[in-house]
Amino acid sequence: MARYDSLLDACGGTPLVGLPRLSPTVPDGAPPVRLWAKLEDRNPTGSIKDRAAMFMVRAAEAAGKLRPGDTILEPTSGNTGISLAMVAKLRGYRLVCVMPENVSAERVQLLRMYGAEIIFSPAAGGSNQAVATAKQIAAEHPDWVMLFQYGNEANARAHYETTGPELLHDLPTITHFVAGLGTTGTLMGTGRYLREKVEGIQIVAAEPRYGELVYGLRNIDEGYVPELYDATVLNRRFSVGTRDAVLRTRQLVEVEGLFVGFSTGAVLHAALAVAHEAVRDGRRADVAFVVSDGGWKYLSTGAYGGTLADAEEALEGQLWA
Amino acid sequence: MAIEVRIPTILRSYTGGAKVVEGSGDTLNDLLTDLDSRHAGLRGRLVTEAGVLHRFVNVYVNDEDVRFLGALDAKLNDGDSVTILPAVAGGAFGFAAAAAIAQHVAAGRRVPVTLG
Repeated sequence: MARYDSLLDACGGTPLVGLPRLSPTVPDGAPPVRLWAKLEDRNPTGSIKDRAAMFMVRAAEAAGKLRPGDTILEPTSGNTGISLAMVAKLRGYRLVCVMPENVSAERVQLLRMYGAEIIFSPAAGGSNQAVATAKQIAAEHPDWVMLFQYGNEANARAHYETTGPELLHDLPTITHFVAGLGTTGTLMGTGRYLREKVEGIQIVAAEPRYGELVYGLRNIDEGYVPELYDATVLNRRFSVGTRDAVLRTRQLVEVEGLFVGFSTGAVLHAALAVAHEAVRDGRRADVAFVVSDGGWKYLSTGAYGGTLADAEEALEGQLWA
Repeated sequence: MAIEVRIPTILRSYTGGAKVVEGSGDTLNDLLTDLDSRHAGLRGRLVTEAGVLHRFVNVYVNDEDVRFLGALDAKLNDGDSVTILPAVAGGAFGFAAAAAIAQHVAAGRRVPVTLG
């Protein structure tokens, strides 16, 4: 269990830990309602994205679309880039990341340390500028390989083949699975697996609701839903604002000693909502949720200290999940 | 009987610039019809001619996606809070980049490494 041939072999197999202090209290004689945290920050680069990065690269290799020395181009605001940088280094590829200027300094430093090259897209230009930058780079380098995590089935398959079976093995009595919704890979893969194996399982999504600066003047006709997304896999979908995400992030470290990133705070907010409903309805519940990463990369935002209003202001305009 | 409705920046031209408006209705459909009586054109931006929610619009009742609560038939109660947002996947940048790549791929410049 504790010895692996290489770092890549140490991906996955993360601990599932109970949260006895944060789990809601049930009335005497009522069935238990328990919260469980899947510690994905224990992966090689500290986030759940290691699973997807490894599966996407292996799938591309198996298909003969990626050969040693090739360049991978990935537009990413963070964790996927860090995971790909590590995998690329160990498998012999060059990685170029396109990212917005307004991501945390730690992320940029981590990427460079792993050997990735970074091209910034001006934050001030908003989404139109980011689109233009990504298009331009892709057009200039037709030989670069894009893994395209939003539409790459290996992203979801990583969770169908690893995250899902691990959860079922560690918690056969699972009733709810809660995770963050971004590329939708975690929820689609894990959700499909658990739906096949556990009757009545509830698959619950938590998506970040950023400050207005982030949404800006996005036109409703230009929206985007990831190709991987299949709404029939989900039972419910919550939108969690910055304040609630920060509140839960702090609660997790104060009450249970878990130091996590803000996206996990948003996930916990949704997990607590379904846990409290189970208590109200007198139903047994084992609610497992994903800790997608630790808090280290977000310390420079300043949102771990001060009042909630201060934290909300510090995160305004930032992509915290 | 008031339901608070949060309007995204892009649709505030219909609400005279107001971020938050109030309306009433037993279902989301009723609420949007009520809002349209005072903010003409708003409903048409959210509901397609086929009578379903626009694909790239997300509507939440008390922070929960209405598509999982019956969509336009979702039941509403006095005091509920409704939030309307444009669909954004994986953060604003993720959305932008993904859209760019989808167009790049559609243009046939290179077959993407997917479905391996």
